[in-house]
Amino acid sequence: MKSDILDMSNLCKNKLSELDDYIASLEGNKQEQLIHVLHKAQGLFGYLPHNLQLYVARALDLPAAKVNGVVTFYSYFTEKPTGKNVICVCMGTACYVKGAQKVLDEVLKQTNSKKNDISPDGLFTVKEVRCIGACGLAPVMTVNDKVYGNVDEREIADIISKFKGGHNEN
Amino acid sequence: MKISSLATLDKWRDELRAAVKFDIKIMVCSGTSCISSESDLIFGLLKQKIDDHQLEHQIALVPTGCQRLCGQGPMITIEPGNITYFRVKVEDVEELFNEHILNGRVLYRLLYVDPKSGESIQDFAKMDFYRKQQRVALRNCGEIDPKSIDDYIRRDGYKALGNCISVLSPKEVVEIVKASGLRGRGGGGFPTGVKWEMTAKSRGNEKYLICNADEGDPGAFMDRSIIEGDPHSLVEAMTIAGYATGANSGIVYIRAEYASSIPPLKKAIEDAKANGFLGNNIFDSDFSFDISIKLGAGAFVCGEETALIHSMEGNRGEPTKKPPFPSESGFRGKPTTVNNVETLVNTPPIIINGAKWFRTFGTEKSPGTKVFALAGNIRNIGLVEVPMGTTFREVIFDIGGGHPLGKKIKAVQIGGPSGGVITEAFFDTPIEYDTLTKIGAMMGSGGMIVMDEDTDMVKIAKFYLEFTQDESCGKCTPCRIGTKRMFEILDRLVKMEGSPADLERLETLGKAIKTTSLCGLGQSAPNPVLSTMKYFREEYEGYAYRTKKIAYSINGEKCIGCTKCARVCPVQCIQGALRDVHFIDESKCIACGACYKACPVNAIVKP
Repeated sequence: MKSDILDMSNLCKNKLSELDDYIASLEGNKQEQLIHVLHKAQGLFGYLPHNLQLYVARALDLPAAKVNGVVTFYSYFTEKPTGKNVICVCMGTACYVKGAQKVLDEVLKQTNSKKNDISPDGLFTVKEVRCIGACGLAPVMTVNDKVYGNVDEREIADIISKFKGGHNEN
Repeated sequence: MKISSLATLDKWRDELRAAVKFDIKIMVCSGTSCISSESDLIFGLLKQKIDDHQLEHQIALVPTGCQRLCGQGPMITIEPGNITYFRVKVEDVEELFNEHILNGRVLYRLLYVDPKSGESIQDFAKMDFYRKQQRVALRNCGEIDPKSIDDYIRRDGYKALGNCISVLSPKEVVEIVKASGLRGRGGGGFPTGVKWEMTAKSRGNEKYLICNADEGDPGAFMDRSIIEGDPHSLVEAMTIAGYATGANSGIVYIRAEYASSIPPLKKAIEDAKANGFLGNNIFDSDFSFDISIKLGAGAFVCGEETALIHSMEGNRGEPTKKPPFPSESGFRGKPTTVNNVETLVNTPPIIINGAKWFRTFGTEKSPGTKVFALAGNIRNIGLVEVPMGTTFREVIFDIGGGHPLGKKIKAVQIGGPSGGVITEAFFDTPIEYDTLTKIGAMMGSGGMIVMDEDTDMVKIAKFYLEFTQDESCGKCTPCRIGTKRMFEILDRLVKMEGSPADLERLETLGKAIKTTSLCGLGQSAPNPVLSTMKYFREEYEGYAYRTKKIAYSINGEKCIGCTKCARVCPVQCIQGALRDVHFIDESKCIACGACYKACPVNAIVKP
């Protein structure tokens, strides 16, 4: 296991060099900007595997444990790869009182997946999010960047089917 | 152009006001809710229409920030006449443009219909939702183009900053804010002027001013709306705060989830720099100030100021004990002021109009106004800014329009996961910091969630506890383990596996967590449970004594008699012949949900 973490050969070279450029462009104390670097890294790679965290730690001259501590502290960072489509069901209070739990249950059923895990067909990752500030449309879910408001649990199968097979809208 | 004095700013403003006057101004709401319902496409279509008819010199088309009645979006307001159209769809644009713009007739179909009188209302200012509001923090929101510094200057933008730097000493600015009685709008309600004074008096040349835009309360979106709808007022307010406290560096700490708020803020910072409102020697003085942006990464606890500072330093956002207060030792160990967005944007109007003017709104101990995000089971969902001291009844029934289906409103949750519920008995209580604390709730950042008679308060309490136990940073034991245990007890109760002794356990634990936790998150985490237990004890007892009805039932109007439910029921409690409406024997039902999943027509009703 340890050697897997140390092995960085499977990380895309182009993406790493873009990350290097980003780190080089930072002004001031670079260690203080760890969170920004992690945002960039996750933006490039989609998630933060252990070997990438170690790469960031070495680039910023920080202990790997510290980087891992920060990654696991914040809910925005993920150590797991995500499906082709990311579905976020808003579980903010406004959505919750309008039936977000039913929406979430139905989405999990329709995608045949578990929360925060990639679905067996690799097409979906379903996440709970805390409030996307569109309370006027509650309950709300997003698929990739598209927001679906006033979601009725009966519409969910239709919404999801658009992203199955080759008919990916985005 | 660098503005170096109040006189040049006045001249610029006069020129802008005198310059091109449009016959018609179309304001398309570009707030989050409206964009989500395609107001951006509507904007594009309107632009196309204006170009096609070569009306670009007569018509100003403005993408504005939030126009506040989010539940009825997308909204379009047209001047003259302040005529607002609601729920505009892409396919309405053609008719709207032809009728209103080309033929000069109001399109009645898209107006707001008053639910009481049944009449269409043209002028939005006459709607109950807007009539009772008083705008200070949201003064420009929804009326200007957030990307245009010209629009901001026209509305007295940067005049307060000019006044501060050219006329007032930092000490005088602090005195004015102190005299205004402005209190922190982010939750605690600490007097802003006193906070500024503490930093100003701290020793050291290097000081920081941090704007807390980590709006983590689920259900609150006023800070986001201010940043997206009126970013210059935040830039101006931060610069004023920097001047008053002696800071030369301002930092906005903003949630990474608010990706769409960052570009307008960046643009405002750039434009302010280009015109000399930020940078070196502002208004030709010795004062220099700059603003940068730091991203959060999703942690509710970072709303706590010491946790926020640790996060900004690239660490886990864990709080530390106070003292030392950030005003003595904060970011990088230097004196730091942390203010929330809404608090800050109140300051420019206070400087222009004076502390006395500000005190004409609100109450003696809570002057000014407060913005609430009104949501849940209520007709008018959106942003509401009212003078402090307004009662819940006024907000829920006069402004909010009551329940959309006329159901009974059971409670209002205020203050988010740290707050408590307010029951009908307290609906006539004036909303201000101290009265709320007295009745077991708190102001919080301003989420206001209305719950109707169908809401299960135990499940609501469980929902909030799930949130806080998940967001607990884990540093102190009462919060880390205590909230987890409370959540487990609630979960057990809801599953009908609890006992009457659990109620006592919840109370004991709740009180212990409140008194022994390190920071505000833990100290307030039990509030939703304790307040719902106080007012809705019978609901808890229904679970604890297992007397609550939990059986599923069948909606006879929907049932098609397919027998699928009867076949999957593990205890054979569903009866009915083929093609006849089926029934569930409630005394035998174990609430497993198998029938619910099996039904092809959604006729099964959850308990």
